Amino acid sequence: MQESFFFQAMVYLAAAVVMVPIAKKIGLGSVLGYLLAGVLIGPACLQFIGQEGTDIMHFAEFGVVMMLFVIGLELEPSRLWRLRKAILGMGGIQIAGTSAVVTGLAVLAGVDLKQALVLGMILSMSSTAIVLQSLNEKGLMQTAAGQGSFAVLLFQDIAVIPMLALFPLLATAPATGTEGGAHGGASPLDALPAWAQPIAVLSAVAAVIIVGRYLTPPLFRIVAKTNMRELFTATALLLVVSIAVLMTVVGLSPALGTFLAGVVLANSEYRHELESDIDPFKGLLLGLFFIAVGASIDFDLIMANPVLILGLVVGVMVCKLVVLLGIGKAFTLSTDQNLIFSFGLCQVGEFAFVLFSFTTQEGILPKELTDIMTAVVAISMAFTPLVMLLNEKLLLPRLGVREADTRESDVEDGDNPVIIAGYGHFGNTVGRFLQANNVGTTVLDIDSDNVDWLRRMGFKVYYGDASRHDLLEIAGAGKAKIIVIAINDPEKRLELVETIKKHFPDLHILVRSTNRYDAYDLMNAGMLHIYRETLDTSLRLGVDALTLLGYRAHEATRAARTFFTHDERTLKRLSAIRNEDEYVSAARESMEELERVIQADRSAPDLRIDEGWGEESLIADANKNS
Amino acid sequence: MARVLIQFAHPVLSKSRVHAALIRHCSSLNNVTVNDLYERYPDLYIDVDREQRLLLNHDIIVLQHPFYWYSSPAIIKQWFDLVLEHNWAYGSQGRALVGKKMMNVISCGGSREAYSATGFNRYTINQLLYPFDQTAVRCNMSYLPPFVIHQTHRITDEQLLAYSEEFRLMISALADERITPEAYGQVQYMNDLLADLSRQPI
Repeated sequence: MQESFFFQAMVYLAAAVVMVPIAKKIGLGSVLGYLLAGVLIGPACLQFIGQEGTDIMHFAEFGVVMMLFVIGLELEPSRLWRLRKAILGMGGIQIAGTSAVVTGLAVLAGVDLKQALVLGMILSMSSTAIVLQSLNEKGLMQTAAGQGSFAVLLFQDIAVIPMLALFPLLATAPATGTEGGAHGGASPLDALPAWAQPIAVLSAVAAVIIVGRYLTPPLFRIVAKTNMRELFTATALLLVVSIAVLMTVVGLSPALGTFLAGVVLANSEYRHELESDIDPFKGLLLGLFFIAVGASIDFDLIMANPVLILGLVVGVMVCKLVVLLGIGKAFTLSTDQNLIFSFGLCQVGEFAFVLFSFTTQEGILPKELTDIMTAVVAISMAFTPLVMLLNEKLLLPRLGVREADTRESDVEDGDNPVIIAGYGHFGNTVGRFLQANNVGTTVLDIDSDNVDWLRRMGFKVYYGDASRHDLLEIAGAGKAKIIVIAINDPEKRLELVETIKKHFPDLHILVRSTNRYDAYDLMNAGMLHIYRETLDTSLRLGVDALTLLGYRAHEATRAARTFFTHDERTLKRLSAIRNEDEYVSAARESMEELERVIQADRSAPDLRIDEGWGEESLIADANKNS
Repeated sequence: MARVLIQFAHPVLSKSRVHAALIRHCSSLNNVTVNDLYERYPDLYIDVDREQRLLLNHDIIVLQHPFYWYSSPAIIKQWFDLVLEHNWAYGSQGRALVGKKMMNVISCGGSREAYSATGFNRYTINQLLYPFDQTAVRCNMSYLPPFVIHQTHRITDEQLLAYSEEFRLMISALADERITPEAYGQVQYMNDLLADLSRQPI
């Protein structure tokens, strides 16, 4: 047993380690790499794994649960509230619209109305795992398309609950058995009277919020004090798993529950620590999930009905695509954003596997149909990264939001000495300042709306991920003198720094940093010009505060300048100390760091305040002489 | 061998012809340090420790700047105020600069004649430089006569080149300690000594 477990683990890991880098190298993205790895080790090719693929998929779906927890952590309640229109509007219309179209077509094809309705609802689901993973990898999460996709996926997560409740009412044959799947189904709650069930559900949600808000932070504080990192990880996992269990008990989606917990914890000081602890598990489980999807594609069934199945895949994806394009249009996405949004979401998602097995057990859909549809779903998921790639390489370039190509660089009027990567608030302030002083800048940005607009304003802008060295090459990194890294994602910044160091070692790198920790990472990466985005601004505020308190403006300004110099020195000094220490938690690190910074402020041998203008020693000297 | 520190101050060097040429001509000399004050302290926030270290490491301090309103650009004054601290440069314990030499290298629009009792500017350059002279003496340094470039608006390229070479000659003579107190005690401007200097073998 143990041997077979190790053997299996080895097979999965080896497949992933071999296929994912290859897929990434040839530009296919990690999701497709995992899927291919699954196909490779599955029954179709090497036959290392057989039918257990589906079981592993159920297990690995927990990766999706963790992903939503991590997403929740990054989404403060206020931001979620701002998204409410997109979630309800885009998500609602997507499910209603897709369900209606698919149901209509199914009825036309001769399927019974009730079954067609079930089919329509199931096929309206998209794959949270694939879409979010791909968008994240391409750095598109913050764009209009990314936010729209997220809103739709979140609504789908919520919509699974009423669907599970509704399906049994649509049953045409007696149920063959019940089983509580990862996404619900029969639950111990059925024992409760009907009026008590909503109350139980609501109390479970309330429990998640209360525990997340009031009990978790003190718990983490206690755990952090033990100075055992693995215990912190264990606690984080326990939190996620218990919420998943609780949600399953009351029949809610565990993904939704952990998402909620994530949102509640988004403002806590343990946010980063939780994120970094859960992240590897999330990544591995998602990888496993994609492998399982790849392995579960039933090639025998496909070979038996290739035309039917491929026809269905294309049909379903086209239906979803059309509905999504309509929604994008209605919600005023620009054409290119709309294409990213629609092509991203046009597959059928992992929820469909669960829902199909549920409907078979409940006798809602016949097994022959669900077998075929399961294959269709798996193939549509496998197609997604390809479809997104096609959109990126073939369709988007035709829209003028092209990924910079060589043709364009040929018609350039002289090369700009400065490249600005990331043209948000930070980047565009730098850019405007340079332009105002007649310094030509080339801009790289990932937000195609932004790119479009800047192009119209006459800026030289390239659309795409700045950490790709070919894009940098086209943007003139070989000839430019300076690159300003103003991207807001710290990890992307580090990635970009590495790319530049490797391919364009002569370029001066001026890099934005979010805070001290980020600055440390950049210092470790060998950066000399690091700009902490909050430092100058907060000191300017401090100067105004001193002035309002009655300090002379010049003195306050010089005090701020002195403090600035002192803080930069402290940063350099502490960066050396920091590397030697091991920290239990990011929060703890932050406290100890602040403690050291404040101590440095107090002793402050380098805070030398304009003694030349002071008269104390002069007066003392004069008194002594007289 | 004396070490020369050129404290250079020009707020818009990109528009300067004279000073850009002078600096170019002497920056390669041995034992000469050029400290470009506006470049190093663009917001006039002077690193006092660094400046004091520089002073301790050199023997001759040359203040090179345009002659704005009968004085120096603001950063030189700021530098005096903050770097020449009491009980460091002067005062009962202020011995840091004892025995060093200080001088000004300046450029101005008016002619030498305009800087005289009967001229447009009513005072000589030497008189107008008294604050520098006295500051040096107060800090236990000797004050050397200035090197002056007059009529900068009319200067031709050839004249500028000649001035630059004289300047270079003077700086290297200072570094080689070939200019004695007896020699500079007799002249108004350092420029007046250069005819003699150029005749000596270098």
